[in-house]
Amino acid sequence: MNNQRRNVLKTGSGAALLSVLASAGIIAPGMALAEWNKAAFDAKSMADTLKALGAGAPADSKDVQVTGPDIAENGAVVPVGVTSTLPNVTMVAILIEKNPSALAASFNLPAGTEANVQTRVKMGQTSNVYALVKSDGKFFMANKEIKVTLGGCGG
Amino acid sequence: MGNPMKIRAASKDGVTEVKVLISHEMETGQRKDSAGAVVPAWWIKELTAKHNDKIVLTSEIGSSVSKNPYLAFKFKGGAKGDKIVVTWVDNKGDTRTDEAAIA
Repeated sequence: MNNQRRNVLKTGSGAALLSVLASAGIIAPGMALAEWNKAAFDAKSMADTLKALGAGAPADSKDVQVTGPDIAENGAVVPVGVTSTLPNVTMVAILIEKNPSALAASFNLPAGTEANVQTRVKMGQTSNVYALVKSDGKFFMANKEIKVTLGGCGG
Repeated sequence: MGNPMKIRAASKDGVTEVKVLISHEMETGQRKDSAGAVVPAWWIKELTAKHNDKIVLTSEIGSSVSKNPYLAFKFKGGAKGDKIVVTWVDNKGDTRTDEAAIA
């Protein structure tokens, strides 16, 4: 058992821990310290979220698809995926219009990673789910309405 | 530290599909417990996936991702036996790294 490592994990504050891990080479420097986009996650409305992501007013595109159920019985676990056939996709984000904060997650895709991401999200109520995709520096969007019969946020 | 992640990676026709199941509460900070007190928010903020030493995905995650998050993605390349390393960091500064070999 490596006691030193234990202590670091126990006592290290977030930033200190990250820098320790970074210097130990566990997390590449720069990656770990990439700024979590607080403004985007705190934004309440779709428009504010898009602004915080630097997306402005994305164009609707048929080459972006949101996959998910038409009706989700349990809003706590809604499988949602984003796929796109657009070239050079560098970012994919999932936004849920009527959740307390619209942005669920954003993914940065280095070259070689396909624009095909699946995850599971919580939905408070029936809402449009948007997929935001950045392709060749431009933003595109698509949406799908998912009906929720039982909310997944508190209650 | 959290419990171990389940990571499955399979390579087919030059494309590797990675599936990750993370064990985490993902508390939104909007739920109240039986006594009416707000349960503090606790969620994974960042996730990084690497193929050998090359980053194949980074993610910023909000509290509206489900409890015990599931994530699947695909990248070009990757051969049987290559290493996939996934690291997450939550809002309390807790972190965990797990790895798996491509099948």
